[in-house]
Parts: sequence; C-alpha cells; structure tokens
Amino acid sequence: MPDLVKLTIDGHEVEAPAGTLVINAARQAGIEVPAFCYYDGLTLQAACRMCVVEVEKAPKLLTACTLPVAPGMVVRTETPQVAAARKGMLEFLLTNHPLDCPVCDKGGECELQDMVFRYGAGESRYLEEKIHEEEKQWSPVVYFDMPRCILCFRCVRICDEGMGVKALGVVNRGAHSEIAPNMGDHLECDECGMCIDICPVGALTSGAYRYQTRPWEMQYVGTTCTHCGDGCKTTLSVRNGKVIRGNNRDRSGINGEFLCIKGRYGFDFLHHADRLTTPLVRRNGELAPATWKDAISAVAFRLKDAHDKSERIGILGSTRTTNEENFYLQRFARERLGTHHIDHHRSGDVAALLEAVAGRPQALARTADVYTAGAVLVVGVDLSQQHPMLAFQARANVRHHNARVYVVNPEPTREEDRAVEVVRGRGVEGVAQIREKLAGEANLVVLFGDHVQGDDVRRLVEMLPATARYVALVDYANSRGALDLGLAPDLLPGYVPDPEPGMGRDEMLAAAGRGELEVLWVVGANPLEDGSEERAFPNTFLVVQELFLTETARQADVVFPAAASYEKTGSFTNTCGELQRLKKGPNTSGPKSDLEILGLIARQMGFELAPPLPEAVFEEIRRAVPGYQIDYAAFLTGGAAMTTPPTAPLAGRGRAATIRSSRDSLFQSGTLGRYCGALHAVREKDHVEVRV
Amino acid sequence: MYNEPHPLEVRVLTRRFGLPNSRSIDTYLTHEGYQAIHKALTQMTPEQVIEEVKSSGLRGRGGAGFPAGLKWSFVPRDSPKPKYIVVNADESEPGTCKDRLLIENDPHQLIEGVLIAARAVDAHAGYIYVRGEYRYLIDILDRAIEEAYARGYLGDNILGTGYKFHLYTHTGAGAYECGEESALLESLEGKRGIPRIRPPFPAVVGAFKCPTVLNNVETYCAAPWILLKGGHAYADLGTPKNGGTRLFCLSGHVNQPGVYELPMGFPLRRMIEEVGGGVPNGKKVKAVIPGGSSCPLLTADQIDVPMDFDSLQKIGSMLGSGGVVVMDEDTCMVQVALRIMRFYAHESCGWCIPCREGTTWLRQLLLRFHSGGGVATDIDLIGDLAQNMLGKTFCPLGDAAAMPTISIVKKFRQEFEDHLNGKPCPYEGRL
Repeated sequence: MPDLVKLTIDGHEVEAPAGTLVINAARQAGIEVPAFCYYDGLTLQAACRMCVVEVEKAPKLLTACTLPVAPGMVVRTETPQVAAARKGMLEFLLTNHPLDCPVCDKGGECELQDMVFRYGAGESRYLEEKIHEEEKQWSPVVYFDMPRCILCFRCVRICDEGMGVKALGVVNRGAHSEIAPNMGDHLECDECGMCIDICPVGALTSGAYRYQTRPWEMQYVGTTCTHCGDGCKTTLSVRNGKVIRGNNRDRSGINGEFLCIKGRYGFDFLHHADRLTTPLVRRNGELAPATWKDAISAVAFRLKDAHDKSERIGILGSTRTTNEENFYLQRFARERLGTHHIDHHRSGDVAALLEAVAGRPQALARTADVYTAGAVLVVGVDLSQQHPMLAFQARANVRHHNARVYVVNPEPTREEDRAVEVVRGRGVEGVAQIREKLAGEANLVVLFGDHVQGDDVRRLVEMLPATARYVALVDYANSRGALDLGLAPDLLPGYVPDPEPGMGRDEMLAAAGRGELEVLWVVGANPLEDGSEERAFPNTFLVVQELFLTETARQADVVFPAAASYEKTGSFTNTCGELQRLKKGPNTSGPKSDLEILGLIARQMGFELAPPLPEAVFEEIRRAVPGYQIDYAAFLTGGAAMTTPPTAPLAGRGRAATIRSSRDSLFQSGTLGRYCGALHAVREKDHVEVRV
Repeated sequence: MYNEPHPLEVRVLTRRFGLPNSRSIDTYLTHEGYQAIHKALTQMTPEQVIEEVKSSGLRGRGGAGFPAGLKWSFVPRDSPKPKYIVVNADESEPGTCKDRLLIENDPHQLIEGVLIAARAVDAHAGYIYVRGEYRYLIDILDRAIEEAYARGYLGDNILGTGYKFHLYTHTGAGAYECGEESALLESLEGKRGIPRIRPPFPAVVGAFKCPTVLNNVETYCAAPWILLKGGHAYADLGTPKNGGTRLFCLSGHVNQPGVYELPMGFPLRRMIEEVGGGVPNGKKVKAVIPGGSSCPLLTADQIDVPMDFDSLQKIGSMLGSGGVVVMDEDTCMVQVALRIMRFYAHESCGWCIPCREGTTWLRQLLLRFHSGGGVATDIDLIGDLAQNMLGKTFCPLGDAAAMPTISIVKKFRQEFEDHLNGKPCPYEGRL
C-alpha cells in the first residue's frame, strides 16, 4: 500500500495514495472534474484541457489528469479562472462542430452537450466557415461523422490498448486531424463497437442503433449476455417491446465497459422473422401450428405413457437456459419421470478440474483474478475469439500490472502479442515445455480450453505451482450452470454423484437413433445441427423447446416456442463459476420461458413440483445445491456472486464421453448466431467457420 | 551560402566558416578539430566536463534557454538503461536559419559537440534529427560521420581510448511540432510527431524510454570551444548568466540580412543599424520579432535592449531561437498577425483543443479581418481567443501562436481599427 498523501481540494482535506492523479483524488472526494479525453484505465492524453484546475503556487492552470497528488497541495477545481478556461475550450470545440444535436443519435446522452450546458457560452462568437466532411461508413456497424468528433482519442486508445486491435488512428493534422480506420476507407477489426460506446459525442455511431430512437424513450434493463461463457453484464435498451441497443456504458459488472460484437449487437435474433411464436405439432407427417393446450397435452400424454418404462425417456438440456430451468428440468426428470438419462453439450471439463483441485476451493479463479494475477497461462484456446472478455481482462492486466502471459496453442492467437512465452503445442504436452518457467509464478491464473480434459487436467494441475488458480473454459452463457445444476447423467446438482447414473448425450442420441428411446426431450439444444434431412429418430417421440425451427426442431413431433434469456428472469453461472442475474427485457407474446413450459407439462401430468417461478426455484437452489450459498446482496444488486462448488473426488463421475468446444469466433454464437443479422453483416471471408 | 563576416562579429562557432573545404575533416583537424573530445576522454572525468559546461553559462540555443550543463547533469548516472544523445536539427522556427549553416559549413564541430555530451553522461549512441525540409543536410552529415568513423572519432574505440560511440542521422517528415523535444522523440521512434506528457523529462525518460540528452545544434557546437578554452572564457564573451556568443539570424527590412555571430547581450539597435546596415530606403523600424515568430513583438521604442535571455524577458518578450525579423513603417501588422497565424494553424499537430481549434479560428478571423470583412468586436475577440489559448495548450506551440498575436493586438491596436468597416488595408501596396 503506497503512502497516503494529504492535500486540499476545494477546501476539503483529502487523502489519496501517492501517485494518485488529482482528477481521481477529487472524484474519490465526490468532486467532479470534467474531462473528455481522460478515461480510467487508458493511457493519459491531456488533450482536451477540460480538467484544468488551479493549484496554489503554480504559475498557470494545470491539468488534473496528469498531475499526481503532492503533500500539502492546494487545488481549486471551480474558480472563475477555471470556469473561463473551460468555457474557452468548449467555444473552441464548437467552432467546427455541426451543432446538429436535434438529429444526432447522441443527443440526450452526449458528454459535449452536458459540458456545454454546464460551462458553455449561450451564444457563439464564431463567424467563420466550418470545416465539413461527409459522414463515412466504416463497417456495417460503425459510422463516423468527422465534424462531430472532438478528437479525444478514446476510440483510438480503446482499440489499441483495450482490444489489442489497433484499427484506428489519426490522419492529417491541426483542425483537419481526423480519426481514420486501418484499411483507409473501412475497418477490419473485431467490430466490437467499443469505439462507438466510448465516444463521448455522436462522432462514432452504431449501424444497429442509429436514427431509431431518442435515448430517453427507452427503458434500460441490466442483464447478463446470452452468448459466450464469460458472462458480461449488458444493458438492454428496450423501446416498445423491442431491444434496440446493448451496451454497458455504466461500466458495471465484471466486464466494466467491455462488450464484444455479440454482446453489443447480437440481440436482433429476438425479433427475427423466423422466430417461433406458436407450438407446432406433427400431424400427418407435417408440423402444424397448434394451441398450447393441445401441444402440452400431446407431450404429457406421451411422457405419461413412457413413464412406466422410465429408462426409455432421454432429456437433453441447454447451455443457455437459466439455472432455475436447469434445476427444475433435472428434478422433473429424476424425481417425477424417474429417468437418469439427462445431459447437455459439454465444452470444457469442469468436473475434472474440481476433482484435480480436490480440497482446494481457492484454486478456482474468478474473472477479477485474470486482471490481478501476476501471470496468466492460456492453454488450448483462442481467447480473443472465444472468450473476448477474459482476453480483455488479461490485456488490461499486462497494461496496468505488467502481468506475464504464457500461451500454449497450436495456432497463433492475439494473446501472443503480449506473451512472454509462446508454445505452438497442444494441451499438457505444450505446457510441459515451459514448466520450469511457470514454476516460478507464484500468482498464476490458468485458463484452459478443451485441449485439456479428463486425466490431463490432473496432470496439468500437478505440473503447475500449488498456488495456481484455474478456469475450465466452457462455451456458452450457462454451459457452466448446466453442469452445476445437474444436467448430467451421473451428477446431481452441486456435483453430488448420482447413485444411479443414466445415459450421456452421445449414448442417448445413439439409443434414439436405434429407436430404443420412447421419448427424447430436447430443451434448447440442436444435436442434429450437422445431421441430414432424414429423420434421425424415426421411432422416438421428439419434443423440442426452441426459439427457431432448427435442424432438430424440424424433426420433432412437438415444438414449443421458447423465450430467449433476454426475455426471462433468472440466473446464469459463467465459465468462472460466478452467478449473475438475468432480468427480463422485452415481453414475449407467443413464446414462453422454458420454466413455464416445464411447469405447464408438470401440471398437466399432475406432478407437484415447486411452483415454476424463477424466484421460488432460485430459493430452492440456494437451499439445496452445494456451492450455491452465494453472497445474495452482491447477486441481487447486479454483481457477480462466486459459487463454491465442492472440490472433491467424484469417483470418475462427470466424465462426458465427448467434451468439445464449438470454437465459435467473435462472429458466431451457436444457433443464436445464425439468426443475428449484425453478426452476418460483419462476418468477413477470413472469419470462416472453423470446427475441430 | 554564408554571408560575409561583419567586423562586429565574435567568431567562435563560425570561426571555420569560409575556410576552403570547411566541411572536410582535414580542415577541421587542422583548426583545433577533435582536440576537445581528446581532452575530454583522456584528461577529464564526465563530472569535470559537466562542470566546465556549467561554468560557461551556455544556455539552450533552441529557444527556451535552459542551462545546458544543468540539463546534462539531470541524466541519472546509475541508470541501467542505455543513454542517448539526440541533436535537435529540426530548425523550423520562422526567421531562424542558423543550424543549417552550422551543419553546412562545419559538420564536424557538431559531431565533436555530440561526443562531448556523450562523454559527459556516458552515452554510446546518438541521433541527429534533421527536419524534413533540410534533407540535403543528411548527405553532408552522413559524409562527415563516415569521415569521423574512418579516422576513429566515432566507433567502438574512439581515439584508442576504448570509448564507444555511434552516431546516426534521422530525418523528419516536415513538421514544426517535431522541433518540440518530446514530439521529436516520438517522431524519432517512428511514431506520429505528437508531444509527450512531461514530466518525465527526456533526461530521465527520453528516446526509447531511456535517459536522453536533447539539445539544439548550436548548443552542441559550442561545447568543443568551451572545453578547449575553458568555461569561464566562454562565459566572459557574453553577459552575466548568458554566456558566450549567439548566432543571430537577421532578416526582414534590413540592408544586409544574414546570420551573424555576436556576443550575448549585443544591443538590438546596433544589430539592426550597424550589423544589418539599417532599414532600406531610410525607412523607420515599426516592429521587431526578436527571436523567431513565437516571441511577442517589440515596438520601435523597445529596441534599445541587450539581446540576451534575461533582458528580453524583462521587457515581456523572449530571445527564442535567434531569429530577428525587422519590419519597417510600411508593414501592415494585421497582415503580420495573419502570416504568423497561418503558419501555426498549418503546423498545429491537432492533439489538444485550444491549439488545434484556436489557431485555425484565428487564421480565418484574421484573413477575413485583413481583407476588409472585420467588425468592431473582432479586435477584442482576437485578443480574447489568443488569451484562451495561452498557457492552456498541451505544448508550447499554442503559446507560440498566442504570444505574438496578443502583443500585436495590444501594441498595434490602431492598425486594427484602421482596417474596420470594409476599409481596404491601409498598407496595401506600400511595401
């Protein structure tokens, strides 16, 4: 802990650690010093000159963003001299600004507007011609309007420092200085939209959002992203039942301001024309719309029929349904239907990790550790593509704390740019090559993908320092929650071995193919994605709950239209095991949440389960599932609550026959990605689908 | 080209100018060349070199006038990093043209000066950063560097002492801003020429994040003489705290414009009247830029001033880079303000708001004003905008644009009044 320095800001005695910048010391004391270019976490710019303050004994105004606190320093942030300087800066800024606020997307949430409102002049003294440039489109989602730009360089810095992409720069000089994209007239980048979000004015606008609404006409819902397993907090902006924007401008949650293209734009599948809105029932060989009542009855009838032969019911869960739905589904299966054939698509070996670190719950890393650890080892994953938020945290760790990054992967990845050691190898064998170097890392976080699974996880843990902490990376928003909550044939919720293990995913699909299953019930999964048009399970009654008519849904006997996670309340557990809340964004008119669908079927069958309400099921989870006795306050206030799954020998349980990551790029997201217009629009030829 | 020497000159740095083949190492060696570095390497400790330079009162010739010896002493001796010597040959200040003569006529003097600075701070590599428009100097320098390597004055074993120093030339792309030391370093490192936040200063974190001595060409060129003849001898040439001589670049309305080496503290009036031969056609002086276009202008009644850093500061201007521009009674001061602002608006790097927007606004405003489109409130607005820039910009470029403007509006307000209300410029055609 550095020494505390005492200084005076606006007459208040303030204490701040040595090295703190005056702008932050003031903010910590509740005194706001305005700034455009200063941005927490990025390099200092000192270009906007808005944060000038008066410092006693200094001959001129000083920028609070570059001034470290000093003992006895006397700072005044609001004096007539300071106000005049800020007024002067704003007058300069507005000279070439088009002042087109009435038609600017940023109007109402523009930092320049706010600043002029506070410090600016009521009238303009500018009589000269303004410099004008036509608006440019740099990508399907990024538009640039040069005259609105105030050249704070936030976009340039977030793209370079934050994203490691360096797609933006500056061309020309003086008043003709202009932000420019890497390819001259267009961008080739992650299309993450960080530049748009960080822009304080309307210079960078989003192709997915522009000219649709005023910001004050929307409702804002803070929820958790539905795409990858990192679990970013995202704020959905909803207007008239439609999600118009996703961002995280308040920098809350584990991701701060970070969102990738999927988190920021990947919500338009909600309103896709192909979205299922009514149940479908197969009649005379064709799927036809049906009432909820008929569809529920048909399923309940077949399940009841099969109930007597419970070994003949198979259930495939989802990696994107909520914890509450997963918990309810497995109870339904095990306690009411009496089947233990339940599983989901597994993409990382969490169970093997829990066994390998048996007795050491502290060996499970959380998201924040990726930012604070002394070193980060990345094994068998293209982190920037598959886990962009964890990659962002790792980059920030290098930038802010000089963390050492080690990469083991057969192909080159962006992480190598910042790595101290790169091994072009695979899994544990690759790690073994740098074992000695890693032995000295006392504060190591290890992120491993599906190259390390089964017994290799134990070998990895034995190879690395005892203080190392781990994340077994999994693909989707609630991949982790699916396993945690018992969507596994041999594990009950909370990794309690099931005394009567059932069939896993592969076995179930094979059994269904042979006609040995009476009913296969697929909740939010698409196991036939790569299959042919022919009916895969001609003699099995196939029930599918889905958003779209997927390859699997097309072969179903009954299809229920399901709500997406943005349309639900509940919780997700991210790849690190952090529990976060889902809040309902738009209402749905046709589809119902999977929990509601389950509840309707249960009621029809006369089963008494807990009421199918997310809150009620969550209470049950907290009571009954080991590891889910979380920090409730953190969870309720929109934070991430770390779960504490038991780290214990599982006697070989939880070992799926197949653990395989989908290796989605930034422009893919399983089924959902196929219905995201924004992802398709920016997908370029070099981002072809890669499946291993 | 080099103008004929004037009898009032005190030729220290320019003493070899005009010799046949003055650029060649042979000429240099027969005229005290490389004796100072020999002395520094064989008879002096680095501390003694710094002390000698300190005692000379040599102040930075780039414009700011920071004591050179003091600057060298800021380089941390115990730093494990390599140290660099960087020469600022990005001479871009309007009215200034002395560094090019020093390089054109006597490049080895610069190389020796660099070696002395290197010895003082234990540096083993250096760069001469030459402005883009001076590209032809690169050939002269490269040739001289080649000669110096061949004769053992550069390389891994200088003069058999085991001292190692390598020197490289580097050219900018033509930006005034790159004469600012931190922007120069950015440019040297291959980046956009944008100034850095200081502190840290280059002495601690300079080129490639290593301790760096960065001085103007003329500053380095003074070092060999100082070591040979002694710091005090050099100091005695000038006025107290303003040691030595200075290359003054006399231009504008004088009969004999040129670069003259005169003692520090030489009176400005004598410089104009005796050295420069007075104003052509017997006209009167109206205004003088004393040290490059960044300096507040002097009026005719302010020219009885000794040309040294402190005397000019006392009367509200600066000695700057030694560019003395004389303007006669027929000069339109609004046009002068416009000309100066056109330069700064063109050269503003675009980094910070007040300089970027302020210089362009003022250029447009002055253009409109000068061409008869001015309104009464414009005069105060010009001064006001310059004030809003002054002291608030990221680097001194904004101040450099604001200071002359403020001084012109203040000292020649009547000329602005005369331009008002659609009147044509009263000085049009008089020059």
